[in-house]
Parts: sequence; C-alpha cells; structure tokens
Amino acid sequence: MKRVKRRYLALQVDSDGVPSRKEVMDAVWGAVTRLYGEHGASLTRLALIDYDMEKKTAVIRTSLATLDLVRASLASITSVADREAAVHVLAVSGTIKALHQKTRQQL
Amino acid sequence: MQKRRVATMKRVFADLHLGLNVKDHAATLRMINKAATLGYRLVAVPLAPETHADEIAKLRAVCNEAGIDFASRVDLRPRTQNELMHQLRRLRRKFEAVCVKCENKAVARQAAKDRRVDLLNFPLLDFRKRFFDRAEAELASNSLAALEIDVKPLLVLEGPVRVRLLSSLRREAAIARDFQVPIVVSSGLAKEMLLRKPREMAALAFLFGLDEASALEAVSQSAGAIVKRNREKLSAKFVAPGIRLIKEGKDC
Repeated sequence: MKRVKRRYLALQVDSDGVPSRKEVMDAVWGAVTRLYGEHGASLTRLALIDYDMEKKTAVIRTSLATLDLVRASLASITSVADREAAVHVLAVSGTIKALHQKTRQQL
Repeated sequence: MQKRRVATMKRVFADLHLGLNVKDHAATLRMINKAATLGYRLVAVPLAPETHADEIAKLRAVCNEAGIDFASRVDLRPRTQNELMHQLRRLRRKFEAVCVKCENKAVARQAAKDRRVDLLNFPLLDFRKRFFDRAEAELASNSLAALEIDVKPLLVLEGPVRVRLLSSLRREAAIARDFQVPIVVSSGLAKEMLLRKPREMAALAFLFGLDEASALEAVSQSAGAIVKRNREKLSAKFVAPGIRLIKEGKDC
C-alpha cells in the first residue's frame, strides 16, 4: 500500500475568548464539511496533534493531497464556539520537528 | 567554483479594497495596524470622490507609521456610459486606483475597454448582473482593466448562495485566465476579525479555481502593478507611456 504523505500545520486561533480543544476541532471540521461535504472531509485525515490553550496555538495533521482544501477551509472559519474568531496558519511542514523550527523562526 | 547567486524576490502583498469608514479614526487605525501585522505592505481604501488631498495625505501618514504603503482609490457607480466617461474625466487624475462597479451591461462594456479603468467589480449577489463574460474579457484584455474579486461574501455567506457565488466566480476566473485578464483578489472587509493573511486569501482563491501561483499573484503583483503604473502616470515627470522627463533646465 502506498504511504500517505502528511503535512503538519501550526495554527493560531485569534478570538476574544479561550476556546477548548474540542471547540477548535469542531470549528475546523465544521468548515471542511461545509465547503467540501462529508466525503471531502473524510479524505483530509484531519487530526489534532497538540493544542496550547494559553497561547491559543494548535498543531493539526492532514494529508498532503488535501492540504489546499484544508487551508481554504481554515481561512473560511469566522467563529469558534459561537464567538467571532479567525484561524491563521503560522507554518506548514512535513515533520513536527521542522514545524516547530519554522514557528520559532516566525515568532 | 563560482557560486550561483539566487535572486530572491520578496512578494509585496496588497489588499486594494479595505472597506474602511475613514471618518472613524480609531477603527481605521486598528484595521491598518491589523493589515500590517498580517503581512500586507500595500493597502487601498475606497474614498469618496470629493475627498480632499489633505485627507489622503493623513491616511498615507497613518499607513506609513504602520509600515505599509497606501494607495488612494475611488469606486465609481455610473448608471450610463456617459456618466462613466464624465466621472473618469473628473477623477482619474485624483486617485491611484479607479474601480468601476458595473451595474449594467453598457457600463460594464465601456469600463472594460477604457484604459483609464483599473478594476472591474460586479455585484456579488445579483448573479444576473455579473457581466464578466467572454466579450467583456476580450475588451478588458485589450485595455488595462483587471477583474476584482472580493472574498468578503465567501466568509459571510453560507449555503446555496455561497455555492452559486463560487460557481460564478469559478467560471469568471476561467474566462479571465483564457483572455489573460489579471485577477485582483481583495478583502472588501470592514471588520478586523474577518481580515485574513495574504496566503489565506490565496487559499480562498483556490475555491474558485486559481492555482497557488495565480492566487499569490492575485494578492501581490497584479494589485501592485496597477498602483505602480498609475503612480508613474500621475507623477509630474510623466509625458506619455515610455516617455518621462529626466532633466530640465538651461543646461539640457
């Protein structure tokens, strides 16, 4: 079986409140499902790897083939847990180690 | 061995349609700072036709303080071709970007062929008034007009309306690509929280069929080229396209 290439995305949640881990993932799944439907969402293999509530940063994983689709969905998020919010992509990488390096460089 | 030098050009990201109320200074400042934080280096705000040069200079100063460039823009909403010509004669030399909101077909056609028009904008929700077809694109390709697409409705709409809008935008983007009409992706937003990073705007452009390179061009070079071209034309040294005054005086 062919190995599925993955991409890790570092996200910054920009909102007034502090959303929980579940609320962030619900917003991401909701956006993907609204734009691409359940079939499209199932192809993304989305998973939350890490979430820092203090910094409101998250790391999610998706398949490389659906990276554009996920980026478009993330940009379309306007609320998290019924509060106005935006989810910005800080960095994208093929490994978590490189992702952290990129994120550190940005900050 | 001689080292190969790789020239890296940093993109200048632009948002030519920040929907600001310039009379609300606090909100204007917040939006401009937010745009700078998100990575924009050039912004334009639609101004009223009667806006005084002092007000434009003030806005430019505010933007410069935030570290971004400011371009003045005017949105024209003519009802007839004659009205469009009259407004262009009156306002072209006052603003760095001129956008025509095409409410009917005659105005859309005239705007597409007039070299004084920079941006063509169509009503986003009245699909019968989106006149960007092949004929319009052919006229625009022979002039300098670009198709402007605002991402605001993609963020605020949901359901069937957004589906229909995406379908229209995908068709128009394909036509623009066929006729090599530049596409400018702008925000059209007035709320801070809805502002997106340039690369996120490009990601949204993926929804209507732009590939990564075209989408990034639509939020950078396409918009920057319009402002650069018009600044050159508006400068005192401009004589005609390709001819500019280098030096004047008795020793010439």
